[in-house]
Amino acid sequence: MSEILSTISTLVIEGNFGEMVDKTNAALEEGLGAEEILNNGLMPGMDHVGVEFKAGNMFVPEVLRSAKAMQEAMEIIRPMLIESDAPTAGKVVLGTVKGDLHDIGKNLVGMMCEGAGFEIIDLGKDVEPEAFVNAVKEHKPNILGMSALLTTTMRTMERTIKALEEAGVRDTVKVMIGGAPVTQDFASQIGADGYAANAASASEMAKRFAG
Amino acid sequence: MTENLKTIVSSETKTVEIHRSKPTVIIGERINPTGRKSLLAELKAGVFDIVKRDAVAQVEAGAAIIDVNAGVPGVDEEPILRDMMQAVMEVTDAPLCIDTADSTALESALSIYKGKALINSVNGEEERLEAVLPLVKEYDASVIALCMDDEGIPPTAEDRFRIAAKMVERADKLGISAERLVFDPLALTMGSDHNAGMIAINTIRMIVEEFGTNITMGASNISFGLPNRPIINATFIAMSILAGLTCPITNPLEEEVNLGIQAADLVMARDEFGMNWIKSYRARVKKS
Repeated sequence: MSEILSTISTLVIEGNFGEMVDKTNAALEEGLGAEEILNNGLMPGMDHVGVEFKAGNMFVPEVLRSAKAMQEAMEIIRPMLIESDAPTAGKVVLGTVKGDLHDIGKNLVGMMCEGAGFEIIDLGKDVEPEAFVNAVKEHKPNILGMSALLTTTMRTMERTIKALEEAGVRDTVKVMIGGAPVTQDFASQIGADGYAANAASASEMAKRFAG
Repeated sequence: MTENLKTIVSSETKTVEIHRSKPTVIIGERINPTGRKSLLAELKAGVFDIVKRDAVAQVEAGAAIIDVNAGVPGVDEEPILRDMMQAVMEVTDAPLCIDTADSTALESALSIYKGKALINSVNGEEERLEAVLPLVKEYDASVIALCMDDEGIPPTAEDRFRIAAKMVERADKLGISAERLVFDPLALTMGSDHNAGMIAINTIRMIVEEFGTNITMGASNISFGLPNRPIINATFIAMSILAGLTCPITNPLEEEVNLGIQAADLVMARDEFGMNWIKSYRARVKKS
């Protein structure tokens, strides 16, 4: 692997967002393609971050810095990726369900999945079941991820799955759920395809589902 | 500086006064099935052993008020909340903090409660104000008022204060005096924004200066995503006590937090001759 790509990986791991624009431009000047920078620079970096986060060796603020570093590079290479029609790992639609304003976990899942090469459509927080359904129809994602942090809002995930069924699009998408009160049992009970306990597991699961 | 107000919360036999001149009142947070699998399983089976054990353990560890949350997914909250409250009242005379977002369950719970309850919670959302404030009035209760509204949680202390002021006004219109509002400035995690602690503390300062009301806070969220959480929680609570926090919602079984509160009370000159501090030290030495 070229030196600049390993530097880019390191910048992601260190959360060194200040130098990312320069190094990304340098990589492009060396003649490396956007896809190569993503696959062999940014993604291995985020992959490492995911492993370390899951192991308890890295912490939320560090992951946020890493994600920010990745974003700096993505802003430069994203238009090129779109233009070259480079294949992505898939699409993920994400949101925190209606009535719930907690979005840290959901944001982390988005960052990890983006780091794994997915295109992310983030609907934000307090998202109505109908809005999830519409996003699934419009974007045709591989994965729909829902987050709820309250016992009072987690039932809304079930309502959203029902709404997907009623709209006839349930089978077009894998549904993943997460959040503090959510369990594997609950996921099975409401007919979700998967439960992830943390952002790193969520991105691993997304890769399995999309692969 | 406005006069500090006194909030009274009581059971049939016990009265707790929350006031800035008195030691900090701990509202025990343990009886909440969110993320507690064993408790969740018991509640689904209609068993209340953990509820009773947690109530006793929290009171022994220093909780003066016991929060009861019956948020069991897929279970009607009204009967289970009442059953949980009954279970707690069987084993302790500590007043209760009734923790529900379901106004039917809330009214039902208030109707069986003997004493002045603390309701958890109302916020600046129109729907919540209209559902909860009349119950506060009718049952002579006090209520925890979260500094958020239909627009969500404001990112600045100034805007959170404005929501608090709106709630004071709305309560006043119904004849509910400000001492019956216990504000929660909302502590978000410093894991995603390192300003979160100071935003909460500045909100406390502004509310206390203007209204003199009591202040609560669920303070464990502040350290989410960071290592060594108990020390952060304890320090944050101690600093918030200086700013005006009077009745944190916390787990008194977490030693760092519990000791931090006791030490803060000592520093705040609310522990005469340090007797509480010494007593708690002896109790721990004896245990170990």
